[in-house]
Amino acid sequence: MTTRIVELRRGILKKNDELAAGLRARYTEAGVLVLNLVSSPGTGKTAFLERTLRELKLSGARAAALVGDLETDNDARRLAASGAPVRQINTHGICHLDAEMIGKHLDGWEGVELDQLDYLFIENVGNLVCPSSYDLGEKVRVALLSVTEGEDKPLKYPTLFNSADAAVITKIDIAEPCGFDRATALGNIHEIRPGIRIFETSAKTGAGMAEWLNYLAEERAKRIDG
Amino acid sequence: MHELSIAASIVEAVTETAANYPGSTVKEVRLRLGALSDVVEDSLRFCWELTVEGTPLAGAALIVTSIPVVVHCARCNDDVELEGVQSFRCPRCGEPAADLRQGKELEIESIEIDDHCMEQSSEEQMRDRARRGEQ
Repeated sequence: MTTRIVELRRGILKKNDELAAGLRARYTEAGVLVLNLVSSPGTGKTAFLERTLRELKLSGARAAALVGDLETDNDARRLAASGAPVRQINTHGICHLDAEMIGKHLDGWEGVELDQLDYLFIENVGNLVCPSSYDLGEKVRVALLSVTEGEDKPLKYPTLFNSADAAVITKIDIAEPCGFDRATALGNIHEIRPGIRIFETSAKTGAGMAEWLNYLAEERAKRIDG
Repeated sequence: MHELSIAASIVEAVTETAANYPGSTVKEVRLRLGALSDVVEDSLRFCWELTVEGTPLAGAALIVTSIPVVVHCARCNDDVELEGVQSFRCPRCGEPAADLRQGKELEIESIEIDDHCMEQSSEEQMRDRARRGEQ
């Protein structure tokens, strides 16, 4: 009997990474900007996305959304009210979306052709830990944090905030009654991800949405057309 | 909580590699986990025991090398290691540093296997030699 060492030097999530690379190529070819929205449950991802979809529609942009949850299609039904095509992904207990789930749900999505879209939003399962490891081929990863959650959340979940391309603070309309310490929250986000763009928004009042929509248009122009 | 998925991915990858060495036993699996890999080692070990049961990896040891975060500091023009993941600043000069050079590793480095095939073939050779000797 011989003992031997076999070098593998491969990523544990190689299969997901390969599928994500395939998706990324597909998005680029179709000219669609894809964003992956990640936050805790209850941050207000769905309300924020609902408002984003509605405003994009008003501006004449074509947007669609894939929405991940363990169970129910409640979020898809809520988002569909915006008039945008929406498809629910039920993970049935899995705590994150992966590239395979995205690929499967893009295929056979009735009435949706990627090359007919300007934006595709992927609302991840509410979880600040696991989604950070799974590349979905997105161009922009957005970490969301609400004013009700505590300013130290970026420090508690550094991996997710460090891997984000943009941060969105939600529910700023109730910042004051919540005793939200804005300077500390912004400081903590920058401590984990220096230089990141931060948007302070309210889906209810529309505060900060114009800046966010400008960013979307800029990113689309920069990463797709340019 | 995704350590079960991670464990399953490791078992799948290692089983694939071990299949190139028929009859071999996997003794050890060596991983490199970055401080930003978001994998909790204890949790992974717990899931590992459950996942390897009944597979060719049953009984294999999991050896984990932790990889610290290294960022590039533009001011020092150097790669510097961070002590933790609570502050992405150069520990020397305090400059914020977003340029990550190391720390996201989630890799299988190598596996150690006992290759029974070699054993069988050498035994066969000995048997052959013995047979020839008898003749």
